[in-house]
Amino acid sequence: MQNPIIELEELTKSYGSVKAVDHLSLTIGRGEIFGLLGPNGAGKTTAILMMLGLTEPDSGIARVCGINATSNPIAVKRKVGYMPDSVGFYDGMTAAENLMYIGRLNGITENELLPKIQATMETVGLADEMHKKTSVYSRGMKQRLGLADLLIREPEVVILDEPTLGIDPTGIKDFLTLIHRLSRQQGLTVLLSSHHLHQVQQVCDRVGIFVSGKLVVEGNMDTLSRNLFGEASFAVQVTFRNNPDELRGHTEALMKLPGVRNVTLQENGIDISCAENITPDIVRFLVHQGLDITSVHKKEFGLDEIYHRYFENNQKHISNGKSTGLFQRSFFRRNNV
Amino acid sequence: MVSPLVYFKDLFSGAITYKDKRNREAPNPFYVMVRKEAGDHIRSWRFIVMLLLVVLTFLGSLYVSLSHIGKAVSNIKDPDRVFVYLKLLTVSDGSLPTFHIFISFLGPLLGIALGFDAVNAEQQNGTLARLMAQPVYRDNFLLAKFFGALLVVSILFVSLALLMTGGGMIITGVLVEPVELLRILGFIVLSILYIGFWLSLSILLSVRFRNAATSALTAIGIWLFFTVFYRIIVNLVVSAMLPDSGMLRPEDMLSYNNLLLSLLRFAPSQLYTDAATTLLMPSVRSLGPLTMEQMSGAIPSPLPLKESLMIVWPQVTGLLAATALCFALSYYLFMRREIRS
Repeated sequence: MQNPIIELEELTKSYGSVKAVDHLSLTIGRGEIFGLLGPNGAGKTTAILMMLGLTEPDSGIARVCGINATSNPIAVKRKVGYMPDSVGFYDGMTAAENLMYIGRLNGITENELLPKIQATMETVGLADEMHKKTSVYSRGMKQRLGLADLLIREPEVVILDEPTLGIDPTGIKDFLTLIHRLSRQQGLTVLLSSHHLHQVQQVCDRVGIFVSGKLVVEGNMDTLSRNLFGEASFAVQVTFRNNPDELRGHTEALMKLPGVRNVTLQENGIDISCAENITPDIVRFLVHQGLDITSVHKKEFGLDEIYHRYFENNQKHISNGKSTGLFQRSFFRRNNV
Repeated sequence: MVSPLVYFKDLFSGAITYKDKRNREAPNPFYVMVRKEAGDHIRSWRFIVMLLLVVLTFLGSLYVSLSHIGKAVSNIKDPDRVFVYLKLLTVSDGSLPTFHIFISFLGPLLGIALGFDAVNAEQQNGTLARLMAQPVYRDNFLLAKFFGALLVVSILFVSLALLMTGGGMIITGVLVEPVELLRILGFIVLSILYIGFWLSLSILLSVRFRNAATSALTAIGIWLFFTVFYRIIVNLVVSAMLPDSGMLRPEDMLSYNNLLLSLLRFAPSQLYTDAATTLLMPSVRSLGPLTMEQMSGAIPSPLPLKESLMIVWPQVTGLLAATALCFALSYYLFMRREIRS
C-alpha cells in the first residue's frame, strides 16, 4: 500500500485467558476512511487503545505515522485525535472553555486559541451554542463537540470509537457526512469503529470485519461481497403469472446467458444469480420468450448480508473449530484500495 | 563599559513584552492542568463549604484567645509569654479547642474533600479517556491534581496567617517578632503538609476505587479510625501488655511509655499536633517523657527556632514519607492502567 499511516503487525492482547485482539495485522493509507466493524466485545476498542499507546500489546507492533505507539505514545498522540465511545466534557465549563483547555494542553498559544475555536465550532455547526455549558448539550451535540475537540488540534489521523452510538438517524447522517467532507477537504485519515453497518457503508472507503479479536475480512465493499459470495454476487428474482411448468423449459436457455452462474426454480418465479448486474438482459430475454413478468427484484448485498453471511459461516467454525484457518485463508484479502 | 541607561531600557515596556511573550509561547501542559484544577476547586461548592468551616473555626479560636490574651501574656510563670502572636494561636479557656487542634480534625476533611473524586469522577464522566488521548504525560495529570488542590489550600492558609498577624497588630498594637513570624509560617507549612498527606491519600483512593462515593467513604473511614479509634486501640493493647504497674521499675515504665508514644505516632494527626505544639510553644523541649536527671538544671525558657525545628523534624519527615508513599502507590496503580470509558 502506498503511504501507510497506520500499520499494525501481529498485534495481540489478552485479558487473562481471553484473547481480546488476536494477531491483528492491518494497514491503513493516508486520506482513507476505514471502518472497523464488529459486534460488541469484538476487541475494536482494545485495538484502538493499542494504536494510541493507551494500552500495551502483549506482542506485535503498532505504528502510527511511522512512530511506535507503544514506546512513544506522546509523539503519536500529537498527531492522532481520538474520540472515545462515550465522550465526556467538563460539565461546569462552557463548550468553548472545554476546547480552550484541550487547545492549551496541545500547545496552542493564547493568540491563536479563540479564532481557532470559533472556526472549528463553525465547521461542526455549533457556533451558536459555543458559550453554553456542556451539561445542557444533547448527545448529538456532544458528539459534534467531540469532533471539534479533535479538529482543533489539527491531527493527521482521526480515530472515532463508535461515533454514531446513541444519536438519532438524521444526526448520524449529518455526522457521517461531516466526517466524510472533512476527510476529503483536509486529507484526514479516519478510522471509525462501529457496529452500525449501513452507516459505515455510506462513508467508508474500506471496511474490516472484526470478530472475537480477529480481522476476518478486509477490503472495499465490492471486494468484500465478491469474496464472500464468490462469483455470484448479484441475484435477480423474477416472478411470473405463468404456470411454473411453463418456466421449466427456459432455465437451460437462461443458463446460457453470459454471466449467469445459477438458476433455481421457485414456486412462481426464478432466482438467478450472476457475476455481473445483467438484469436488463434477463428481462429482455424473458420478454422475448413471451413470459408474463409480474415483478423483477434485484437483490443487493449490503454490509448487512455480508455480516450475516459471515456469522452463518462463523457459527459453523465454532462447531468444528478446525476449519477456521481455512476460512480465514479464503476470505482474507489484503491490498485493495 | 555599557551605559547604565541600557539597564532601564525595557523597564516600562517590560509588562507588555511579557504579556506578548506569554501570548506567543505555548504554555507548559502541567501548568495548564494545575491552573484548571485550581480553578475548578475555587468554583466548587464543596471548597466554599470547607472554606467557610475553616474560616469560622479560625475566627472562633481567635476570638477566644483574644479575650484571654491579656491574662496569658502577663503570666510571669510562663516562659512563652513574650510571644504574643504565638499565644494568639495557642491560648484557650477550654470552651473551644485551639486553632491547631481544630486543623488536626478539619485538615483531613479538607484534604479528602478536595481529592476523593480526583481521578474516578473524570473516569465516570468520560473526560479521562479524552484527556489521556492528549499529548500529556500521565504523571503530570496526577501531579496536577495534587498541586492544584494544594495550591488552593496553601493560599487559604497563608492568607489566614497573614490576616491573623495583621489583625493582631491592629488589636494588640504589639509588633510581630521575626522569630514569631517564622514559627507561624513553619506552622502553616506544617498544616499544608498535613493536609497534603490526606489529599494524596484520597487521590490514591480515587485511583483505586471506580466509584467516588466508595473512595469518599473509605477516606472518611480512615480519618475516623485515626482520630477516634486508634488511640483507644493502642491504649488497650499497651495496657494489656503492661504488667502490674506497682511491680514496675522506673526504666520499664519509661520504655512502655515510649512504646505507647511510638505507636500513637503512627496516626498522622498525632504527628501533626506534636509538631504544631512544638512550633507554636517555644518552651516545649521534648515530645517524649523526660527523666528528672535530664530536667535538672534546666531553666524553663523558650527554645530557639532551630532547636524547635530539630525536635519536630522526625514528625515532618514522617508526614512527608507518608505523603510520598501514598503518591507513589497512586502512581503505581495509575501509570499502566488501561483507561476505558
